[in-house]
Amino acid sequence: MPSLRRAKSAATRPADAEPDALASLTPTGPDASASLTPAELAAQRRKRRTGTLIATPGALYLLIFFVVPLGLITVYSFATRTSTGRTSLSGWNLNSYERIADDVIVGIIARSAWLAFLTTVLCLVVAYPFAYYLATRPPRLRARLLVLVMIPFWTNGLVRIFAIRFLLGSNGPASALSEAMGFGTFRILFTPTAVVLGMVYGFLTFMVLPLYVALERMDWRLVEAARDLYASGAKAFWRVTVPLTRSGIVAGCVLVFVPSFGSYVVPEILGGAKTLLIGSYVARQFQAARNWPLGAALSVLVIVAMLVAVAINQRNSANAERTQGVTR
Amino acid sequence: MTNPSQTTRRLRRSRWIALIAAAALVVAACGDGDSDEDAEPAATEAATAADDAPADDGGCAAGETDGDLAFYNWADYMDEELLLAFEEETGISVDYSVYESNEQMLTQVESGAAIYDLVVPSDYMVALMISEDLLRPLDFDALPNVVNIDDAWDNPPFDPEHRFHVAYQWGTTGIGMTYDVLDALGGESSWAVIFDPDTAALVPGSISLLDDAPEAVSAALKYLGYSITETIESGDEEAIREAGALLKATNERLLKYDSVTFGDDLVNGEVDVAHGWSGGFAQAFFETDAYETHVYTIPVEGGVRWVDTMAIPHNADNPCSAHAMINFLLDAENGAALTNYTYYGSPNEAATPFILDEILEDPGIYPPPDVYERLELIPQMGDLGLIVQDMLTEAKS
Repeated sequence: MPSLRRAKSAATRPADAEPDALASLTPTGPDASASLTPAELAAQRRKRRTGTLIATPGALYLLIFFVVPLGLITVYSFATRTSTGRTSLSGWNLNSYERIADDVIVGIIARSAWLAFLTTVLCLVVAYPFAYYLATRPPRLRARLLVLVMIPFWTNGLVRIFAIRFLLGSNGPASALSEAMGFGTFRILFTPTAVVLGMVYGFLTFMVLPLYVALERMDWRLVEAARDLYASGAKAFWRVTVPLTRSGIVAGCVLVFVPSFGSYVVPEILGGAKTLLIGSYVARQFQAARNWPLGAALSVLVIVAMLVAVAINQRNSANAERTQGVTR
Repeated sequence: MTNPSQTTRRLRRSRWIALIAAAALVVAACGDGDSDEDAEPAATEAATAADDAPADDGGCAAGETDGDLAFYNWADYMDEELLLAFEEETGISVDYSVYESNEQMLTQVESGAAIYDLVVPSDYMVALMISEDLLRPLDFDALPNVVNIDDAWDNPPFDPEHRFHVAYQWGTTGIGMTYDVLDALGGESSWAVIFDPDTAALVPGSISLLDDAPEAVSAALKYLGYSITETIESGDEEAIREAGALLKATNERLLKYDSVTFGDDLVNGEVDVAHGWSGGFAQAFFETDAYETHVYTIPVEGGVRWVDTMAIPHNADNPCSAHAMINFLLDAENGAALTNYTYYGSPNEAATPFILDEILEDPGIYPPPDVYERLELIPQMGDLGLIVQDMLTEAKS
């Protein structure tokens, strides 16, 4: 299935877009592709081997630092916690998974999902116009603006969250401003609102960049065509621009939702640890509570849920691509 | 008119910038969690010195060293000058790293991810580490300065035979508040200022509670009139659940849970009442000259006292260096220097003449005997520990 899709997207790619790249993909140039001599076949095989070699360091890295720990977490999720909090790797059981059905934990998961959803929607609403503006600037200005978007991220995220904490504090500038304007003291720090604000700030770039990429590579002549056919600006936007940038929207939403759902630093600092979210709860299991099996089971659950969500999205976008290919 | 192929290339480049930046952000976000405070693994340096390590049955002589010392201590709990003095005296170097909680230290020692020669577990953690065979018995022949320790610290419940630890610093858990609040309470501090709605209404500003389940539950138990030790040792789940219900009822009234910046937040007015550790308040008051306006109190119902201790992990590579450091810190003047830096009580009786008067006379650091009697150690909780953790989790839901 994936290989099919790749072939499809290669076929739908405009032929004039990247001629050099296409030429370099074919082993002996575009003219000799009909029949391959043994020497050419060997060359092709060599190329493929080089490809494998190039991929090896990355694959090894992922295997050691991603697959192995993930496997360990899965194993731990079936283990037992001793009364002193050690994890005993015997007496395998499903107790940790059963505990997840507790009202308290279900509540924590629901609350985390709701805040992550709010964050994603707010990010989308803020980022789309912004990305639209970026993508419609002249190329030179565009590159500069992109760098500006990135500058805040040259500072450590923790430092930036502490800066927001200062801004929102009852002695901070936001409060002073609100008092000066006669609205009284500003009480937002250590509330879920502050958590969402902090996450929107923290993850906005994850939304802007995919949207920008989608808008930037969009064929604007299609919008012009829609306008020529008497579509209003709004209609052209909803019927042409939005569907054509759907991949960017989906990518941005996934990139924002996933880290917001598991966010740990922002709720701890801006939420005052008062609203327990799943990220903090899992961290707590590995630290203060020393209940590694429960923490591991929750982690596995979150990973599986995310994988399912991403898989559904990918299937949807594949379907969309296919139907788009047909209508185009 | 620009060359079209040039434009395409520029477009493609900006797209690349975007993609690379996105990838970098993902990496940065993933790295954030552990970049802030984690300890440097001391494994490599310890390993190079492993050859000199004596056999387990061989003791250490006083002042003997056997390699560079990997010292794992609480954050903000050591005068750097003392480490330099130790390095100068012994000629070995100290690989110093810090942790934020007993559990963080325990995980490191337990997993052997990094090897440490000297750690500083609190009372209940000493008991837990002994029961898990994670500590090495001390060689008291190598610790002649141990005579400096006050007899009151002999054979505590968490190490009844006193074989595995030497007291490092001690302190209490109580309430920091403004004098305005204390006056409103009639001059007598009580847990009611946090747990009783009517009394809490007297506080003009906000209230914070330690983000630590054993401490929060202990405070609630004290307010309800239970003894912490008896409740936990008798496994009185009912009492703990009652304390949990009280925490849940209090949650709405709190501004936040905080175990790190409670002192600073009290001084800068973010909160008016804060549950916290004695030294944390003393440091914040001292740094901002807030002694006139703020005070640390031990509630009339009593509070928690704790003691942090020096102990040697079972897998230490350089136990003799660790003994040398313990003995060094037990010296009268060095012990005083430590307390003059941390603002926590010193178990070192001989150090008293060298400790600053403002510390000795501060009832928040050295409570008078009648107050001291109302303080309890939190015992090792065993299976109740999870229930205690659940109480705080449920309170926050």
